[in-house]
Amino acid sequence: MSENSHPTPGLYVLILLALVIGTCLTWGIAFVDLGIWNPVVALTIAVIKAVLVILFFMHVHYSNKLTKLTISAGFFWLMIMITMSLSDYLTRSFMLR
Amino acid sequence: MSTSQTTTTEHHPALAHQFDSMEQQQDASTFGMWVFLLTEIMMFGGLFTAYLIYRLKYYPAFVAGSTSISVGWGFANTLVLIGSSFTMAMAVWAAQKGYRKSQVWLLLATMVLGAAFLGVKAKEYYDKWDECHIPGHVIGKGFNTWGGCSVTNKSLGNIAEEIRDPKHHGNPNIPEGAAEQTARQTEIFFSFYFAMTGLHAFHMVIGLGLLTWLLLRARGGEFGPSYYTPVELGGLYWHFVDIVWIFLFPLLYLISRHQHGV
Repeated sequence: MSENSHPTPGLYVLILLALVIGTCLTWGIAFVDLGIWNPVVALTIAVIKAVLVILFFMHVHYSNKLTKLTISAGFFWLMIMITMSLSDYLTRSFMLR
Repeated sequence: MSTSQTTTTEHHPALAHQFDSMEQQQDASTFGMWVFLLTEIMMFGGLFTAYLIYRLKYYPAFVAGSTSISVGWGFANTLVLIGSSFTMAMAVWAAQKGYRKSQVWLLLATMVLGAAFLGVKAKEYYDKWDECHIPGHVIGKGFNTWGGCSVTNKSLGNIAEEIRDPKHHGNPNIPEGAAEQTARQTEIFFSFYFAMTGLHAFHMVIGLGLLTWLLLRARGGEFGPSYYTPVELGGLYWHFVDIVWIFLFPLLYLISRHQHGV
């Protein structure tokens, strides 16, 4: 977290480019029929974009271990909420109709 | 971290007395901000989970609802928000370097882009109002069984008709009653659309308030290499709001777009 450990403007420009390319890709691929893979591809790109923002724009890559561990734990809990809720609903007969 | 000495009399005016050093203070502040953001993530996460469950249950209605909102404006707004995240990151960099003028300009640019995002959002909301796609009957013109204002006027977003219209890549073999039922279920999609984008827009408004406050302090030349924590934390908040939108855009605007075209 010290002053010289933050990224440079050059890196920020690269991240911006990656985010713009990711957005255009999501938009373009949405019009191609990939069957069940459409949402999977869209969400994979979204996750990559979010990770880039978190690691570099939000400086987590340069932060201490306590912060990194706390953030990881938070996202792990979020995944518990989503996967456990969906695995419950998706195995119920009223959802299959 | 190794050089955490307490100086007796003179220290940075922004150093609170419970901290040993500016570095320790910033670490604690950043950690606290992240804990707050994680509670925000759990709040939006609950909405995302509910959205996913209903999307799986009422998939055809979610496709019909999603294709009725403008993917072009959603795409443009995604770029605007990503741009604002970039200017925000640069503002933090300028604050850390102590470049006073660039700080002010970059914070202003972030605010302009944020306001542009809200402007586009207002235009999109107005379109939904115009097409009678506001769920329920309390606000707006009321949600009809065919999911639009008029049975005959297609320009006013008649969802039931579009579901059966081949010109809209619809299927004419779907019985009228079934199409109307699906159109009626798009109310669930629109409820999620307004709840999620509304909560997101509310966060944007708070973000603009924070940026105004940071702008005034940056103008006063308060931030430099040893103290820029407020800009750093304001940045964290702004980027978090950006991340929420990164997920909202594909989930709300891009459901099965290939069936319907642009």
